[in-house]
Amino acid sequence: MHAKATHRLAMALIWGSGFITVLILFLIIGYVLARGLPGIGFDFLFSAPKGGLSGEGGISTTIVATIYLIALTVAILIIPGIGAAIYLSEYAKDNWLTRLIRYGVETLAGVPSIVLGLFGFVLFVTALHFRFSLLSGALTLVCLLLPTFIRTSEEALKAVPRGHREAALALGSTKWQAILHVVLPAALPGIITGFILCIGRIVGETACLYVTMGGSAAMPTSLLSGGRTLSLHLFYLAMETNAFEKAMATGAVLIIIVLIINTITNWISYRFQARMHGGA
Amino acid sequence: MYRIVSRYFVDRNAKYLVLLCASTSFIILAAIAIFTLREGLPAFQQVGLFDFIFGTEWRPTLDKFGIAPMIVGSLAVTFGAMILAIPLGVGCAVLLAEVAPAKVRRFLRPAVELLVGIPSVVYGLVGILLVVPTIRQIAGTGYSVAAGALVLMAMVLPTVISISEDSIRAVPRIYKEGSLALGATHWQTIWHVMIPAARSGIVASIILGIGRAIGEAMAMIMVIGNAVQIPTSPLDSTRTLAGGIAVEIAYAGGLHENALFAIGVVLFILIMIINSFALIAMRRGRERT
Repeated sequence: MHAKATHRLAMALIWGSGFITVLILFLIIGYVLARGLPGIGFDFLFSAPKGGLSGEGGISTTIVATIYLIALTVAILIIPGIGAAIYLSEYAKDNWLTRLIRYGVETLAGVPSIVLGLFGFVLFVTALHFRFSLLSGALTLVCLLLPTFIRTSEEALKAVPRGHREAALALGSTKWQAILHVVLPAALPGIITGFILCIGRIVGETACLYVTMGGSAAMPTSLLSGGRTLSLHLFYLAMETNAFEKAMATGAVLIIIVLIINTITNWISYRFQARMHGGA
Repeated sequence: MYRIVSRYFVDRNAKYLVLLCASTSFIILAAIAIFTLREGLPAFQQVGLFDFIFGTEWRPTLDKFGIAPMIVGSLAVTFGAMILAIPLGVGCAVLLAEVAPAKVRRFLRPAVELLVGIPSVVYGLVGILLVVPTIRQIAGTGYSVAAGALVLMAMVLPTVISISEDSIRAVPRIYKEGSLALGATHWQTIWHVMIPAARSGIVASIILGIGRAIGEAMAMIMVIGNAVQIPTSPLDSTRTLAGGIAVEIAYAGGLHENALFAIGVVLFILIMIINSFALIAMRRGRERT
């Protein structure tokens, strides 16, 4: 009887912790959407922020800066990211070099965003004279995202059945041809999921961009112009102005973007899994 | 003939190309270490390593740089966050791995993933508008260690949940079946068999959560008030290491800037140590199962 009572109490606590976790999520999302959605309108989305301490205006330039930053970061990330994943999944032997590479990836993944920001500040902003700019921000973001992207891509490549590679090799292709024309296309859904996750992190990132992008509210016109993303804009609004309603509206836009991104990645991985299991 | 030679040529060199790509992470890591250390070194030299870490006064205008208050501040919010996040996270992990039916799991897991995706500034904003005013009703301004701990708790929760869940899932089925066959209740099996067997993974999840908590800057500076002082109660304002860099980097120059880079070095080393503990714990877990 005693054991049964303990069992019931424990189960109640376990369900309770799940309930609290969901409650926290709903509280955050519900609160931001409830207070932020009324502030989102055509004017808010398509007019420029006034800048300075007023906190007035919309978020058009920050949306443009965010999109530019995503495009630039992904463009720089794609070659070293997929290349590294191919090496680790297809070529790496179990030796000191591989261990060193894996150590680099795992440790880089843990470096705090703000420390990467300091690094980006000395190397890109100061030493390479890229100034506070989209380019400095994007290069710093590449350092931040590389480990995660390598890991998801590597997993996607490893999930491709051995038979695919063997069939290609048996037909006379070289190893590289097999990777490029057979393995990589088969792993594409997983790699795309990795990209979308990166986009999500770019949208949400602030610390390393705060130190490397300068935070100008003006419309970015070149790689070397400064700017602020949606998240940075929210930070400036919350810390330097009293425009909390505008900050909330910006927060609601961010939450909607995050919801869309999560839905897409879940959908892709669901389709991908169904195909891998159904096809084999 | 030309094409055949060419594709073998490509095949031979492609390996080195992707090896170069794979090395970038390590090169970046080395560059981070070199650049932050070079910028931080003057501060260590002028202030002295001991005075820098154990000094309690941070007055950039008087060239006094002691980061002890920020170290204590970081530890205080992290400790508070983990005290809340560990029972909640491990409970949720048990729910996902063992207790919940598939229907609940299909809803709960995306919810946890969503918590990861929410930008840290949104956590900070909700902290300012919801958590801080609530704490203000108890005492003080509300910008406090307690507010920081509550916000951080929500941020590290997904890390604790997902890694703990994976490690509970990795426990061999026969352990569970053996325990149940001996007449133990489901809870006795979870508490005496599953959790001990998954211990390394759970420990790793906690350590990684701590690493994430210590590195968080923006959400923290939004809710903890950033006074450079050693907090004596959960309602006191304080400043964290990561937050301290972000608060002052925009206008720092000279030795002050060097001191902020020196904080970066301390943070970097701290995270390296924390993460190697997590890696050791995970490796040990993998060896056992």
